[in-house]
Amino acid sequence: MAQSDGVDARRGFLKCMVWAGTGVVWTMSGGVPTSRLIGSAQAAEPSGDLTFMQISDSHIGFSAVPNTDVAGTLGEAIAKVKSLRGTAAMLIHTGDVSQLSKPAQFDTAEGIIQGAGMETHYVPGEHDVLDEDGKGFFARFTKGGPQGYYSFDQQGVHFIGLNNVQNLKAGGLGNLGAEQLAWLEKDLAGRPASQPIVVFAHIPLWTVYQEWGWGTADGEQALSYLKRFGSVTVLNGHIHQIMQKVEGSVAFHTALSTAFPQPAPGSAASPGPVKDVPAGRLHALLGVTKVTETRGSAALAITDTRLEG
Amino acid sequence: MKSMILLGLLLVCPSARADEMIVHIDNFTFTPAQIEVHPGATVRWDNRDDIPHTVTDAAAEKSFHSAALDTGDSFAFTFTAPGIYRYFCALHPHMQGTVIVK
Repeated sequence: MAQSDGVDARRGFLKCMVWAGTGVVWTMSGGVPTSRLIGSAQAAEPSGDLTFMQISDSHIGFSAVPNTDVAGTLGEAIAKVKSLRGTAAMLIHTGDVSQLSKPAQFDTAEGIIQGAGMETHYVPGEHDVLDEDGKGFFARFTKGGPQGYYSFDQQGVHFIGLNNVQNLKAGGLGNLGAEQLAWLEKDLAGRPASQPIVVFAHIPLWTVYQEWGWGTADGEQALSYLKRFGSVTVLNGHIHQIMQKVEGSVAFHTALSTAFPQPAPGSAASPGPVKDVPAGRLHALLGVTKVTETRGSAALAITDTRLEG
Repeated sequence: MKSMILLGLLLVCPSARADEMIVHIDNFTFTPAQIEVHPGATVRWDNRDDIPHTVTDAAAEKSFHSAALDTGDSFAFTFTAPGIYRYFCALHPHMQGTVIVK
């Protein structure tokens, strides 16, 4: 397979890629030399492992059973992030920073999260965009994305933050909308299929439980643009519990909340906070997530750590 | 404007008026999910859940859309024109209800 074979040869070559487990692995079958044929600067010059941390659903302003001190538990989560971060330089927050989009709630959250001393990337949850179509949140937390969605590259990995919490339809699920989908398609066009992609958004991009609206109506469309990539990791929040799924080359993962747990799908009359948390057990139901993408090994590790227990 | 005046009165006197219907919001549910009222009646939604919700007209041209109602907040709207008004919570769109005005 020579470089002069052009586009068709390149496509054939990419089909040979093997994607293993949940790892970001660039293993090629048949002993074909890898990166230069793909023509990716990122692949040609791998820049080493990338580790980052995720927190979600801090709901600053919530004060009811089972947690009347959500600022306190966010502070504990940030302490956990600091103790676990290792080489991680970056933190993502997958939305519901606040309970009611109040500037004071944003202030409190931002102050606590800045305590980690890490570059932090946010996407909005539905609780963050209650006023003025989310302008307050976007101005403060998604400066590179005036509509709450944006992308950036970090050590060769392409990160995409999406907003699927606005213009929701009656009876429906999360929503990206035509404009954002067009942006996503354009953002991905021309990228080498070997580039690892990390997508983060508040509501799960796949349907976890339709009856509670736990999914994204046009999530399939977004995922169709990602199918050609060898490694896609989708990180979500919203459901306040860990769920994982691997489909093709896409690994899905939802994070714990730092504020309160929610019931397993269908296990309660409503998705409201789990209230009958046994005394002293709340911290075992909250936590933070660490993601390590290790190139050349089978282990992309997504590790959830509970605040206690 | 009329609904705003009514809301002001309700803050002083929270008991329901004769021509006012109350829908409770509990556990991510509007109860009753469907009500019938006469033209000119006011419907009041009381959020008794510990999660904020909205009351949002499902029609493309929205005739009513509450702010986010925190625990204990209410929203009232006076329906003047006959019709079937489907509404939902814009935060949790699986929550739906209907007001029939006839």
